[in-house]
Amino acid sequence: MYQYDEIDQTMVDERVAQFRDQVARRLTGEISEDEFKPLRLQNGLYLQLHAYMLRIAIPYGTLSSRQLRGLAQIGCTYDRAWGHFTTRQNLQYNWIKLEDTADALADLAKIQMHAIQTSGNCIRNTTTDQFAGAAHDEIEDPRVWCEIIRQWSTFHPEFSFLPRKFKIAVTGSPNDRAAVRVHDIGLRMHKNDAGEIGFEVIVGGGLGRTPFIGKTIRDFLPKQDLLSYLEAILRVYNQFGRRDNLYKARIKILVHEIGIETMREKVEAEFAASKDGALKLPQEAIAQIAAQFAPPAFENLSGISADYANAFRTDFEFGLWARRNTFKHKQPGYSIVTISLKKEGAPPGDASAEQMNAVADIADRYSFGEIRVTHEQNLVLAHVKQADLPAVFKALKAYDLATPNIGLASDIIACPGLDYCALANARSIPIAQQIALRFRNWERAHDIGELKIKISGCINACGHHHVGHIGILGVDKAGEEFYQITLGGAADEQAAIGDLIGPSLNTQDAVDAIDTLVETYLRLRKSSDERFLDTYRRVGLAPFKEAVYVSA
Amino acid sequence: MSLLKIGPLLKDGRLVGEDAFQPVADDAALPASGAVLVTYARWQAEKDQLSGRNAPLGIVLPNTLDVLDFGAEAERFDLIVLNFPKFSDGRAYSQARLLRERFGYRGELRATGHVLQDQLWHMQRSGFDAFEIPREDAAEAFAKAVKSFSNVYQPTGDGRVSALKQRLAAYNTKNGRKEAAE
Repeated sequence: MYQYDEIDQTMVDERVAQFRDQVARRLTGEISEDEFKPLRLQNGLYLQLHAYMLRIAIPYGTLSSRQLRGLAQIGCTYDRAWGHFTTRQNLQYNWIKLEDTADALADLAKIQMHAIQTSGNCIRNTTTDQFAGAAHDEIEDPRVWCEIIRQWSTFHPEFSFLPRKFKIAVTGSPNDRAAVRVHDIGLRMHKNDAGEIGFEVIVGGGLGRTPFIGKTIRDFLPKQDLLSYLEAILRVYNQFGRRDNLYKARIKILVHEIGIETMREKVEAEFAASKDGALKLPQEAIAQIAAQFAPPAFENLSGISADYANAFRTDFEFGLWARRNTFKHKQPGYSIVTISLKKEGAPPGDASAEQMNAVADIADRYSFGEIRVTHEQNLVLAHVKQADLPAVFKALKAYDLATPNIGLASDIIACPGLDYCALANARSIPIAQQIALRFRNWERAHDIGELKIKISGCINACGHHHVGHIGILGVDKAGEEFYQITLGGAADEQAAIGDLIGPSLNTQDAVDAIDTLVETYLRLRKSSDERFLDTYRRVGLAPFKEAVYVSA
Repeated sequence: MSLLKIGPLLKDGRLVGEDAFQPVADDAALPASGAVLVTYARWQAEKDQLSGRNAPLGIVLPNTLDVLDFGAEAERFDLIVLNFPKFSDGRAYSQARLLRERFGYRGELRATGHVLQDQLWHMQRSGFDAFEIPREDAAEAFAKAVKSFSNVYQPTGDGRVSALKQRLAAYNTKNGRKEAAE
């Protein structure tokens, strides 16, 4: 794992001192709330419905057990002993006092963490595949590149006051688990015909009010040019992105308005003028960072562990969980474990301090002390010996962390919605909870198979509803909560924006409609191998629409 | 665009008592002598006349200007003023870096408009060396703000060595290799 050196540590310590001074100046009235706002936002501090919310960066979703314990402790000291993991691989505390914030940030700095640029119109926390460095299908570990981007983007003097927020995601696998096509910049690693690894650069994706799938601006970018190219894109955006209208300020609108060809011309011209400058990455510098992401000391294992095979045969519950919540590792004898934070009835992504401590302990014992956070609001143990899986299952189960539902209907992404968020029009958490209850029957849930339901409480789409196989968007109609349903969205390498099925429904009808949609799918599918999304792509909207509105 | 000054001038960390450049409105006659500051519009309309004066020349650029269209002329000026109409409008950071790093501008680069203490660090790193600040008594705090961080992650035209290159240099020194150039 990447460890701060003195330079990184000094940087976060100085940041805490700077913010302490900024809070003090705000409290004395020396700076106005208007002037303070961007400063606190760039330190992750939001003013929400009931209290301040503090958003912590988890760079590329990677945590050490020590850091996770630290997050639990900070949750106990300054919040209500909870944390909420988000789609941006962040952790949010929902009940923070302004006057405590600098102390909370100081505690974070002690565990090499911070809240820098987790909000505001700057380059946000770079996200990636939660299986990075472990997945069997990976071309190269993308975390190395995320760390290089983290350093380059932190306190970037030119790009801290952009037209709008800016999000970058990287995937090192052809199977995109980082939703790169719905980011401002998405980077996909490819191997070209000459055997060199480089990046496909995708620009202008994004959800929110005007959803767009990103467009490829460059098919293949050599690694050493990554930062020059990113800087070229950001410079074009900073100068030419719209600033007259908040809703039209994201880079996706610029790309849409001037067209990808013009965008490419501008970016390539900028890149040509700067590519051999100071941002060009020396091979040794890349290697130095890559060395920090070297694989852990795996054992040489072969064959299938007898303990694992035995448990799989004899322990039904374990077998169910192992089938659903583990993923193929590149190292023989190891598995990747996803820890579900979606137990029925729990707000998606929430973890208690007790659970965080438990996961830290389990990671220490079974997974090299490392934890990942997923954009689907779950946690991951990246390197578990298959022989240890039964023990890991048991340990997780004791803390309600072994729900066998990864990728299933109850593994729902949901934003905090009207329960916490000042922007929301409707609640997300209760509807997620009700839907999860409908699919509590494991037999039915496993029969349905992969189904990604995503819920947002407002048009800003923090719950990624546009790219849900079933998407649910909360809207406000004369003070009442209604929900719009979309179908056929996807956030993977075949990313698509979902289609609206018809008029919005009240809470009860919306939950019923999800049931109806699923039943319609079960009726229409060719075989149990055909996923909901595949069936939808084959038959289209009409039969689903009819089922919901005619039967209603 | 307005030439009105909004506050005291901070340059190289010190307050400048009197600005050497006299702002001249677009419809006012040019003074016979002395350094003047004119708008981009006036410069475009009166290039010959302005170039013919035997005195320092300053220009205020709108932040909507594509500096690639102006950069080649930058060296004619002793002062370029870039504008932050609102602190959250960061276009002038890119203008500043392009002027300094792409076009090699060496004269005074001054920030005007909604210039806040907490942005001075960004401005200085982007190439500004002079700032119109809101109040004289804020000069010390502003001068301190540019020293907020001991290290930098990105190479810019300010010449500071990035963390990446510092580490590489340390590594190479340790291993008896020659230091890589920034």
